Amino acid sequence: MTEREFRLIQTRRSFLTRGAGGIGMLALAELLQGSEGPPNPLAPKKPHFPARAKNVIFMFMEGGPSQMDLFDPKPGLAKWNGRPLPPSMTKGLQLAFIKPTAAVMASPRTFKPYGQSGIEFSDYIPHTASCADDICMVRSMYSEAFNHHPGQLLLMTGSTQFGRPTMGAWVTYGLGSESQNLPGFVVLSSGAGTSGGASNFMSGFLPSHYQGTMFRNSGDPILYLSNPGGVSNQTQRAGLDALRDLNQQRFEKTGDVEIASRIAAYELAFRMQMSAPELLDFSKESKQTLDMYGVGREPTNQFGTNCLLARRLVERGVRFVLMMHASWDDHTNLNKKLKRNCDISDQPAAALLKDLKRTGLLDSTLVIWGGEFGRTPMVEIRNTQDPENAGRDHHPLAYSMWVAGGGMKGGQVIGQTDELGLSIVEDKVHIHDLQATIMHCLGFDHERLTFRHMGRDYRLTDLGGSVVKKMLA
Amino acid sequence: MIRLWMLLGCVPFLHASVDFSKDVAPLLETRCQMCHGAKQQMSGLRLDQPDSALRVITPGSSAASKLIERVSSSKPGFRMPPVGAPLTEKEVATLKAWIDEGAKFPAAYNPGAAKLEHWSFLPIGHPAPPTVKNAAWVRNPIDAFILAKLESQGIAPSPEAPKLTLLRRVTLDLTGLPPTPEEVGAFLTDTRPDAYERVVDRLLQSRHYGERWARPWLDLAHYADSDGYEKDQVRPFAWRYRNWVINALNNDMPFTEFTIDQLAGDLLPHPTTAQLVATGFLRNTLTNREAGVDRAEARYEQLVNRVNTMSTTWLGLTVGCAQCHDHKYDPITNKEFYQFYAFFDAADETTIEAPLAGERERYEAALPHYLGQRGNILDYYNVPELQKEWENKLRFAIANPGKNLEWDFSITSMRAMVDGAEKLLKTDPSKRSPRDQRRLTDYFLSTPGPDIGHQPEIRDRLREAYGKIMALEAELPPLTLAMAMEPEPDYHGSITRIKGDYKAMGVPVQPGGLHILPPLPGNGKPTRLELAQSLVAPNNPLTPRVTVNRAWQELFGRGIVRTSEDFGTTGEKPSHPQLLDWLATRFIEDGWSMKKLHRLIVTSATYRQSSDTRPELLSKDPDNSLLARQTRLRLPAELIRDATLSASGLLDARIGGPSVMPPQPAGVAELGYGGSKWKESKGSDRYRRGLYIHFQRTTPYPQLINFDAPDSNVACSRRRASNTPLQSLNLLNDPVFFEAAQSLAARVLRARRGSFAERLDYAFDLTLGRKADAKERERLARYYDQQLGILDREGYTIAKLAPSDSGLDQRELAAWVGVSRVLLNLDEFITKE
Repeated sequence: MTEREFRLIQTRRSFLTRGAGGIGMLALAELLQGSEGPPNPLAPKKPHFPARAKNVIFMFMEGGPSQMDLFDPKPGLAKWNGRPLPPSMTKGLQLAFIKPTAAVMASPRTFKPYGQSGIEFSDYIPHTASCADDICMVRSMYSEAFNHHPGQLLLMTGSTQFGRPTMGAWVTYGLGSESQNLPGFVVLSSGAGTSGGASNFMSGFLPSHYQGTMFRNSGDPILYLSNPGGVSNQTQRAGLDALRDLNQQRFEKTGDVEIASRIAAYELAFRMQMSAPELLDFSKESKQTLDMYGVGREPTNQFGTNCLLARRLVERGVRFVLMMHASWDDHTNLNKKLKRNCDISDQPAAALLKDLKRTGLLDSTLVIWGGEFGRTPMVEIRNTQDPENAGRDHHPLAYSMWVAGGGMKGGQVIGQTDELGLSIVEDKVHIHDLQATIMHCLGFDHERLTFRHMGRDYRLTDLGGSVVKKMLA
Repeated sequence: MIRLWMLLGCVPFLHASVDFSKDVAPLLETRCQMCHGAKQQMSGLRLDQPDSALRVITPGSSAASKLIERVSSSKPGFRMPPVGAPLTEKEVATLKAWIDEGAKFPAAYNPGAAKLEHWSFLPIGHPAPPTVKNAAWVRNPIDAFILAKLESQGIAPSPEAPKLTLLRRVTLDLTGLPPTPEEVGAFLTDTRPDAYERVVDRLLQSRHYGERWARPWLDLAHYADSDGYEKDQVRPFAWRYRNWVINALNNDMPFTEFTIDQLAGDLLPHPTTAQLVATGFLRNTLTNREAGVDRAEARYEQLVNRVNTMSTTWLGLTVGCAQCHDHKYDPITNKEFYQFYAFFDAADETTIEAPLAGERERYEAALPHYLGQRGNILDYYNVPELQKEWENKLRFAIANPGKNLEWDFSITSMRAMVDGAEKLLKTDPSKRSPRDQRRLTDYFLSTPGPDIGHQPEIRDRLREAYGKIMALEAELPPLTLAMAMEPEPDYHGSITRIKGDYKAMGVPVQPGGLHILPPLPGNGKPTRLELAQSLVAPNNPLTPRVTVNRAWQELFGRGIVRTSEDFGTTGEKPSHPQLLDWLATRFIEDGWSMKKLHRLIVTSATYRQSSDTRPELLSKDPDNSLLARQTRLRLPAELIRDATLSASGLLDARIGGPSVMPPQPAGVAELGYGGSKWKESKGSDRYRRGLYIHFQRTTPYPQLINFDAPDSNVACSRRRASNTPLQSLNLLNDPVFFEAAQSLAARVLRARRGSFAERLDYAFDLTLGRKADAKERERLARYYDQQLGILDREGYTIAKLAPSDSGLDQRELAAWVGVSRVLLNLDEFITKE
């Protein structure tokens, strides 16, 4: 849909409302019920072809998790441990902070195969590993951006330039939302702030309905969700009734259909106020479920709560859940910091996969886990007098992400990196390819889901991307 | 017409004759010829040349034509065009019909040449206002143009809006604030025939005029108070530029001067401080201080942003496409893009001393003492020597990358954090400006590098010294700075890039203009100054049109050219081309005066029409492009805040000054990297106009974003007016808006001691600037009684709704808080009707 088509729908809407015998209560009632499209821009829409996935949960691991300490075992590094690689092997390598001549650091982690598929995982993530047969591990991801913010923009918007719509916004724009009471695109966060901040869930030049709504960890879960002090629900409702009637009267006088939309927006706002407490109320979840997610105990409580919320959001028809966890940017102290993040997230992430599978939602829910890039096989020591301080630099040229459910084929590894994990030797998957594949699972030809802006058609995958067929079930 | 067909949902019946230039040529040009045309001939095919086109077209038989097979295929990869949406059924039908009729190309068909004749590149005409039948309706020549077109379609204009609607509209349009009850009263009793014009003249003299009209300009400049990107550091002096814009508009600075100061104030002979501050326009680009960022890439992106911002703002052209390749739709070459780029490549960022009134004297009086003390501290801690060593190591690291990781990291971070770091290090200390030398020393003290980092004793002593210096600094009277531009003295030329990749060097290029515009002065070596002058030269066909169109857009909700950011071939055509040219000519004749332009438009009969929709127009003019009525428009984010604060009596209407940080919920600012940079403003600064709210790029103030304020990363030429539930929650529940409702309630009860009806009159005056009608009175009275009942049942909520120290009846006040909330949430309240 182009902006012009979007406007046309709005205009047609006003025509239909008034063409049929003036400005009627009937037409308004119809709008409020959202019965007949297309007045509600978030009404569910059909994709280009039948889809496997209806919803997406993206566990965005900000900062660049170290793939060779988690997903991509590189025993070959041992041979070079502590020594720089010969220049012939690092020719043309561009890194953010360190020079290609830095010494190699072998992973101190141990790996072993899991499940029938035998995919190898490191000892830091046993829970995720136990889902091996549901996971499609992509060891051959790559990106052009070797700094955080551009990298995150590329991952989320398909471009390193600021101002494009994010993946969640594109998906909501394409599919609308199934939920009558909640936003279509919800954002959950844990850990520290991310480099990209709100630019990871902005709608860019798409209409603002498609922007991600941040569920907050403290205070109101949605900004300004609760009534101000002294305003009871009864007062709120009585005030909204008066507001609706006065707005309705103005609508009849001016004939401006925007007033009808505003009435509808206030009603949805009220429904959000009423339904959010139920969403956030975990009292009906079993103790077993809460334990599985690690809710109510450290260090898993926040991440586990978000994972459980993600399931509950998807159950209630929310289209796209973005979970942001920061930060995996371990330039220093890699061992300790990586362990900490794994302790926080491993069990809850696995619990989410298992729970989605148990409830049958995994078939229609695409789960994505990963960051904007990976980390180098070479060591980054900022303090040379403290070797314990060792970390790894940004490495966008070869890294790992995993996906599960929603039409992806679990229990398989896609792609292969060289023996040092420096570059990809088989089945390269660019960020745009991953995006194209995600859109495919949702029923979209990524080249056809476009929006016209500043004189050209834009899409999530910018000018690239092809569907990675091997990843599909 | 096509739009109307779509609107009615029926496919147009294709008559025996298809109009090639109207139906077929635009389709071929926009969807096929970018790859199969003059610029590119994929597979050797050209659809702009009949001989070549016949390879895929069989005249008389669409069924046998490969063109139709490819465009109607459902097979991705085979279907043409390969990118963008497939051709619609109607478009395919048009092509079929044209082929079946013989696929005739007009003899003179030459689409490449047509682009130079694109309407907006042609000289501005001097059309005379047309004659109209209903001459009595015409108040000024604008109306003649509008009415002539309406009459040709058999449509009558709408009646003039009710007096009070008009007052609220024009007050919002010229000052961004709703009229006060006193202004409402005065206008109602003024029966002179020119009462309205008198109001307009009063509003144009208001100092709030500059605030109102600064905002759309700041959208184009994409003003913000922080760097953007990961670190998103605060820019404490960005507001100097905003102040400059407000003042320039209030003084009705001619748009020519307004332009030249902002793009090239630093190149004027003996520029004033104000002229240097004006170049802050170019400083609104983002700065990426992430330590690992390649400085060359960061600079490239900034320069590209400057080119794009300038082109959108003055020329209404999306030259950005030409960053990577020749523009596919507009006649702008890749080389020309880099000619523009070169103008900005020849400039550097700088920070200037731009003291406010009185600051310089106080500062200079205190400076000797400060410098003496500072010198003592530095000497005591042996800083000069340590710093010298540190600088040597840094210079060595710059010259020998890869030798020492820790020093490499130091230099990378320093490049990101200290503007012009490398240049500064390479300058002999005796030749550095005192301010630069202090800047460098302060950075050294805060970040003394790895060697000292490993010597805790020295490190701690330096930290101590830094603390003392900062304490001393805090006592120095402020000398306000400003972000500005300066010419780069060593500039010799620029290099184009291939496919927009900053690392892929193309060919050398010098500053230069676009071939579609009049040639630049400057003997073949034009500077930014000549570029700026050429933008506002009377023979520039774009700038005057683009500028008057934006004013029109602000006052009618849409421009005469709806795509106000794109006057190129993919933009929409003007709805009233002659009016646009007439306005542009008049604007130039009026000395490029913005105030005269605004006065002209708001005193027209066209502007003064009612905005009520007319059912009979829905099919004739669904999107009101003929302007047979005014348009109801939701207020922009800032003005919703302003109207609310103004009605409630909370507004602090002071003009200008540093940005403010009104309360926002905890957790919003913390979302950004490095935690919150939000320091809540004290006192009445909390109630300043929305224009002054600190704009932190990665974590903007929620109310601004909820109501479609642009993200300030690129030039924004027109805002969207969305309508979302988050907006409803914002107005209902945000403590800022709730406080306003409480304040409005108290204001009403204090001012009117009588009946509910009397009080409601005053509340309507304050919020909507009109009287309530009987139905509204009845409904609100009913709600008021209902609310009293709820309060009596709940009891406990009264104290929370109504402060006890107001001296008013708390129960009444609590119920009135409810009524105030309803009024402040009305669609009409946040709308300009």
